Amino acid sequence: MGMTYVQKVLARACGKPSVDVGDVVEPEVHLAMSHENGAMAMNQFIEIYRDTGIDMKVWDPERIAIIYDHRIPAESSKTANNQKKLRNFVVEQKISKFHDIRGDQGGICHQILPEFGYVRPGYVVVGTDSHTTSHGALGAFAFGVGGTEMAAVWTLGRVLNVEVPGTIKVNVNGKFPAHVGPKDLILHLIGKITAEGANFRVLEYHGDTIRNMSTSGRLVICNMSVEAGATSGIVPPDKETLRYLKDEAGVKDKIETFAPDPDAHYEQTVEIDVSDMAPQIACPHAVDNVKPVGDVAGTRIDQIVIGSCTNGRLDDLEIAARILKGKKVAPGTRMIVFPASWRIYREALKRGYLNDLSEAGAVVCNPGCGACLGVHQGALGDNEVALATTNRNFKGRMGNPKAEVYLCSPDVAAASAPSGVITDPRAGGR
Amino acid sequence: MSEVVLKVGDDISTDIIYPGRFMATVLPTETPQYAFADDVEFNRKLNANEIPKGSIIVAGQNFGCGSSREQAASCLKGWDLVIVAKHFARIFVQNSINLGLQTVICPEYDADEGDELEIRGDVLVNHTKGKEFKIVPHAPARQAIIDAGGLVAYTRARLLAKK
Repeated sequence: MGMTYVQKVLARACGKPSVDVGDVVEPEVHLAMSHENGAMAMNQFIEIYRDTGIDMKVWDPERIAIIYDHRIPAESSKTANNQKKLRNFVVEQKISKFHDIRGDQGGICHQILPEFGYVRPGYVVVGTDSHTTSHGALGAFAFGVGGTEMAAVWTLGRVLNVEVPGTIKVNVNGKFPAHVGPKDLILHLIGKITAEGANFRVLEYHGDTIRNMSTSGRLVICNMSVEAGATSGIVPPDKETLRYLKDEAGVKDKIETFAPDPDAHYEQTVEIDVSDMAPQIACPHAVDNVKPVGDVAGTRIDQIVIGSCTNGRLDDLEIAARILKGKKVAPGTRMIVFPASWRIYREALKRGYLNDLSEAGAVVCNPGCGACLGVHQGALGDNEVALATTNRNFKGRMGNPKAEVYLCSPDVAAASAPSGVITDPRAGGR
Repeated sequence: MSEVVLKVGDDISTDIIYPGRFMATVLPTETPQYAFADDVEFNRKLNANEIPKGSIIVAGQNFGCGSSREQAASCLKGWDLVIVAKHFARIFVQNSINLGLQTVICPEYDADEGDELEIRGDVLVNHTKGKEFKIVPHAPARQAIIDAGGLVAYTRARLLAKK
């Protein structure tokens, strides 16, 4: 029996010819990423070495990335002190891939990793963030772990006791209609298979729609694969992967790619045709509570958010700027934009997108996780409603358990700004 | 025997267990105060020490979905609670095992707040309802870490073995 993509990655990372689903393996880690919560990993790392008499050293300072994004610039002295401690640790341990609070190289971890060419096809990537699944867009097996697990990786360079996951194949075909795209596709899929439909399994994406999709779009799909419970979402690498890594991420060295075997075993195959898909909305308070936009059109919105590791890239800002140029955000509605990285921010500035958005009334924040998880900027008031291009709408997510969050594409978010109600971005609706 | 002190439904996210606005707090000694912070009454009982150690939370499917934040496991471990669920989200159950928070997978259980439960090997006994339910064992990969007393101890042993 052939191997799925994730089986091939794990076999290579274990130095074995093959692995079977359910095997317990200890794969080598190619990249270990943390953000502010690296502070937790650091505390546990110190704990692991306590009283061992062994010199405390991370296994490979070149393979660790620390990217500050969750609370930047620090909102409190507590955060500032955690950032300070971890910054000192980065210096002591000579960790090379460190992205501090800086306009020349900062941003959200899940944008920085691809943008700086840190991820390659076939890599095993772990991150102390559930949306680490994003990096499957480049053909990595990338998954979220907790701080203690990360401390173990920093110590041994391997993830301990990984069970080779089963795989669900997702075949996506058809051409997206206007104003429908990757975000609608992934919301539709999550609605279809539910928030636990892929728990402990990998979603492997295939089909013409995926092959014709930019890496930016693939990042959206892999990013939100975790919302179906998936350990990872993976697009097996192709020409577009190589184009992105060489042209956009500036990777110079040779990039090796491989594909799943044709006779690999999939636990399930999901077929999706996007040709007639409507813009999709995830309604409060669950990411799998997905409806076509028409079902909730007219819902009054207090705050619109465009940004995050899901939809804060240049194409997302372009869509929003194109829709909002010359228009105004409705009175009584706030609009917050936070680009995914400073590279994107500067490019959006050059192209005039940020100008168009701020003239329309949007507040453009610095790149970072911002309003998405309610720890820093853009918290909601009681009984307020947000429409956001972010990735979660759980109760309390945007800083207030008495508020509601609807998730959508940048098209829907921007189209809803002038009216202040959820609006179908397609001309005249449908 | 331990009492069920809280019953929750399906898809309880880490934003419910440990709201994002408290994420700047990372120390396991400090996170317990914010456990289920938005369930004001339950959180009050915890902080008033009205809930004995070993008490049980029962949950539906996919408990702990969402963020990888380890605080969601450490805050419950701090009160020595036991979580019984139909099943758990991957990162949460791994974090729980790594930190030594007891998680019990019991797809068929029937229990309500106030019921007295007992975990007897691979069986969950509901003494109040006079019923027994089969517990699904953790996968061997995770059981090894439970047996070692958590991932810090497990990793330390591996580190020392390498020396």
